[in-house]
Amino acid sequence: MDPLHDMNLDAPHSMGTTIIGVSYDGGVVLGADSRTSTGMYVANRASDKITQLTENVYVCRSGSAADTQVVSDYVRYFLHQHTIQLGQPSTVKVAANLIRMLSYQNKNMLQAGLIVGGWDKYDGGQIYSVPLGGTILKQPFAIGGSGSSYLYGFMDQAWKEGMSKDEAEKLVVKAASLAMARDGASGGVIRTVIINADGVTRNFYPGDTHPLWHDELEAQNSLLDVLSSGGAACPEPMST
Amino acid sequence: MAHDEDVAGSERTLYPYVTGTSVIGIKYKDGILMAADTGGSYGSTLRYKSVERMKVIGKHSLLGASGEISDFQEILRYLDELILYDNMWDDGNSLGPKEIHNYLNRVMYNRRNKFNPLWNSLVLGGVKNGNKYLGVVTMLGAHYEDNHVATGFGNHLAVPILRSEWKEGMSFEEAVKLLEKCLLVLLYRDRSSINKFQIAKITEEGATIYPAYSLKTFWGFSAFQNPGQFAEGTW
Repeated sequence: MDPLHDMNLDAPHSMGTTIIGVSYDGGVVLGADSRTSTGMYVANRASDKITQLTENVYVCRSGSAADTQVVSDYVRYFLHQHTIQLGQPSTVKVAANLIRMLSYQNKNMLQAGLIVGGWDKYDGGQIYSVPLGGTILKQPFAIGGSGSSYLYGFMDQAWKEGMSKDEAEKLVVKAASLAMARDGASGGVIRTVIINADGVTRNFYPGDTHPLWHDELEAQNSLLDVLSSGGAACPEPMST
Repeated sequence: MAHDEDVAGSERTLYPYVTGTSVIGIKYKDGILMAADTGGSYGSTLRYKSVERMKVIGKHSLLGASGEISDFQEILRYLDELILYDNMWDDGNSLGPKEIHNYLNRVMYNRRNKFNPLWNSLVLGGVKNGNKYLGVVTMLGAHYEDNHVATGFGNHLAVPILRSEWKEGMSFEEAVKLLEKCLLVLLYRDRSSINKFQIAKITEEGATIYPAYSLKTFWGFSAFQNPGQFAEGTW
C-alpha cells in the first residue's frame, strides 16, 4: 500500500510530539513542538501543546489530542473551584495530582503522557511527570512524547544542576530542535513557556531560528538564488 | 494502539506501563532489611532513575513493590487512609505488619477476582513487640511469609543465594553484605535493573530508608578480556 493512498486520514488525532520541562532556581521552562498528526497527515502544524491550567501552572500534552484536551479541561475546572475555595493560587503539586487522578482512574481508556510544570510560593518551580498509566514523579527535568526517545542520551549529557533561566530555556529549545530533526511525528515550531514568581512568558521559535543539525542545509528562497550567488561549483552539463 | 477496553470502557486485565523490578527482603538480628533499585522502566527503556520503591507504613512496617508504579502509588494512598483511620481511634493500638499484610492480601485478591489486578508484587516487612515479620503478596493474591523473600527476577537469582547463605540472627553488616551480593547479581543479569539502589531497615526503634547509592561492578575476568583464549571459536 503506497503512502500516498495510505495516509489514514481518519486516524484519531495524535500529537506524536516532543515535550520537555526543565526546572531552574526560581521557576520552570516548558517546551513543546507544534505538530498534530492524523496518521501520516499533519492536521495542525502550529498547535499549542502547552496548556494553561491556572495562572501559575501549565501542562505539556502528548499522546491523543482529544484525551489530553479533555483531561486539561477537567483539571482546569477542578483547579478553578479549588482556587476559589482555598482563597489563594493552588500549588503545582495539587494540579499535578489532579492530572494523576484522572490519568490513573481512566488508565484503560486514555492515551495521555503529560508533564505538569509551574511555580508556587511554597516550593518554587516544580516539574511533575505523569506518563501513561498515571504514575506521578517529581523530577528536576522531564521529557515526553515520541520525540523524547531521541533525547535521553542528550539530556543525560547536557542537563546540569543549577542552571539559570536563560540556560534552561536554551536547553529546552536545543533539545526540542534535535528531537524534531529526527522524529517524524514532531515538527513545526518550538513553543516555550517560562513560569516564575514574576509571572508567565511565552516564546515562539520558528524553524529559521533553530541551529542547523547534521545533514541539514541553510534554507534558501530558490535554486536561482543559489546559482546567482555564484556559490558552490555550478555543475557542468553531463555530456556522456 | 486500539485496546479492547477503549471501546466498552470495561475493566479488564491491564498491561503495566512504568515498572519497577526486583525487591529483596531478609530478616536479621534487629528486624528486617529490604533492598530495591530506584529504576522505573517503560518497556525496554530505563526511563526513570530515581523512583523510591520502598516506603514506611505506619510505625511498624515497610512496603516494597515491584511492577506498575502507578498501582503502587495507589496502594500507598489506600494504606495512608487505613493508617489514618486506625490512628483516629486514638486507642494506643497501631496496625502491625501482620495486619497490613492481610489487608493487602485482601485488596490484591479481590482485584484479581474482578480481572482488574493491581499489577504489583509486594514485600511487606516489619517488627512489632519484638516479633519480626516478612511476607509477600502478588498481583494474583498469592501470599506467603518467610525469612527471606524476593520478587520478579529476584525469585530466580536472589532466593537461591539467600537459601544458601542466610542464617538466623545476622548482624546489620552481614545482612547488608548479603543483600548487596544479591543486588549485584541482579544488576549483572536483569536487564531492567539499574546501578542505583536503596536499602531500608525496620527495627523495634523505627524505620530508616537509606539514601540511594551505586555498587562497584567487576569485569576483570581474563576470560572477559579475551574470550577466544579459553573458548576457541567463541562469539
